[in-house]
Amino acid sequence: MPHTPPAVDDVVAALAERFGAVEPSVYRGQTRVVIPAEVAFEAFEVLKNQGFDLLVDVTCVDYLDYKGAKHRYGLVYLLANTATNQRLTVRVFADDPDPTVASIVPLWEGANWLEREVWDLFGIRFEGHPDLRRLVMPDEFTAHPLRKDYPLQGRGERHNFPVITRDHS
Amino acid sequence: MSIAPPEFDVMSRGPDTGARSEDYLWTLNFGPQHPATHTTLRLVLKLEGERVVDAMPEMGYLHSGFEKIGEHLTFNQYVTVTDRMNYISPIANNVAWHHAVEALLGLELTSRCKYIRTIVAELARISDHLLSNGAVGLDTGAFTFFLYAFYQREVIYDIFETLCGARFTNSYTRVGGVSQDFTPLVIEKIRAFLKTVPKTLDDMERLLTRNRIFVDRTKGVGVLTKEEAINRSATGPVARASGVTRDLRKDEPYLAYGDLDFKVACASAGDCYARYLVRMQEMRESLRIVQQALENLPGGPVNVGIDQRTALPTKKQVYSSIEGTISHFELSMANRGFEVPFEESYAAIEAPNGELGFYIVGDGDDTAYRARCRPPSVLHFALFPFLIRGHTLSDVVAVLGSLNIIAAELDR
Repeated sequence: MPHTPPAVDDVVAALAERFGAVEPSVYRGQTRVVIPAEVAFEAFEVLKNQGFDLLVDVTCVDYLDYKGAKHRYGLVYLLANTATNQRLTVRVFADDPDPTVASIVPLWEGANWLEREVWDLFGIRFEGHPDLRRLVMPDEFTAHPLRKDYPLQGRGERHNFPVITRDHS
Repeated sequence: MSIAPPEFDVMSRGPDTGARSEDYLWTLNFGPQHPATHTTLRLVLKLEGERVVDAMPEMGYLHSGFEKIGEHLTFNQYVTVTDRMNYISPIANNVAWHHAVEALLGLELTSRCKYIRTIVAELARISDHLLSNGAVGLDTGAFTFFLYAFYQREVIYDIFETLCGARFTNSYTRVGGVSQDFTPLVIEKIRAFLKTVPKTLDDMERLLTRNRIFVDRTKGVGVLTKEEAINRSATGPVARASGVTRDLRKDEPYLAYGDLDFKVACASAGDCYARYLVRMQEMRESLRIVQQALENLPGGPVNVGIDQRTALPTKKQVYSSIEGTISHFELSMANRGFEVPFEESYAAIEAPNGELGFYIVGDGDDTAYRARCRPPSVLHFALFPFLIRGHTLSDVVAVLGSLNIIAAELDR
């Protein structure tokens, strides 16, 4: 069993007081809160001021056909406090047709490439991101391959890639 | 010594030709195939003479959809893919992956397994730091230094080969245990390694630590302050060289680290030289950890019991008990496997390069619904343009080497 980080009850209480129900839950010692997408940026500002100075990761889960899921995309923000070693997982949900959340690059510079990766692989648009380009897939790519409706074998996008010959390179 | 980006003054370039100051910049394409990138990554450097004005890193040349594959392979099969992430310390990735899986399942390992995993993870850290420090030496012109380091890496490969049959792609861990227990021969080889490697580290330090050329090439180059290191999510030796004391082995003791006595190597300068020193010191601390864990290796079974229904039972259990037979059958059949909660969790270890964690979503069966890898290399590569601005072209390789970017982990 992994180590259980120190409790974050006061932080959760502060969030709940300001933003209403944040649906706190604990699984294997990890505390998670859900923040509505409209107030996500303000909530992250509050959390940064509460001492969560390290952004560990930004990622996303596509809950298409997942049991009991209410939203399609669930973003995951893993925060840590380097002084007290507290950890907090923040969930922000988004839905089709235009999944958009606020970018947190103004708060943590480390979010820059992590958000680019989520945009690349899931097609979540981060409003206010300074440079929202694809990170790992080529620029000509049209799909977002980590979505659950994208097949493992691909859809043949590579057949449309321009072929560069020695004469034209 | 931090050098500010140069001001562009057209008048200082002789008669006005009507050209704008940006026109004097030239662009250099560095990689994706270049000996000093070591792996497949690309930099587009904007240069003013020999000074780097800006760098645009580009990645994705080795992207092979590891996270997508993770949604289609079982927890035990996917360990072979994690080998190919940070391939200079594959066994640390194995440990990280199954550490996260066991966190999701709530599985408590046997104490022998915890110690064995600690030992192999620390051996992986030594082999990783030997290569990354060796490569910094190589890139700054110290070839002999690199060979000293690489010789000891061979010895570690030999230990892993004796342990699990594979030198490079070990795939050593399993859910709830490891694939092979330590044999007396493995322990003997690790003991012999522990005896010889301090001398190699001394030799390496004598070659480079006070070497005038090396110090001039690395000191004050690529300075990362503590605030920037935290703000830009740096972890591992890169952050510790900037004065961040965070080390998951101490701060969130996992496996057997809580029982062992070791120090966290830190520096405050934040330059390439500090990163080199931190890695050198971390290897010595790792040796202490391996030594203690090996001498206090607990006995008993290495895998979790049959009642947990996750690790394969031993052949003796299969042939002599009904629980063993059933458990073996259920775990081997394609449509059985073990049950996983509809839950999600994140667990990380202190990998050689920084915090390596996996965010796993379970959906009932033993294939992950989502297997996110938190790769330290991505966040360190994102630091690169920030670190290199204002330095010269020859500093590019020193900074790149000291960040220890592994493209396979970068692109996944």
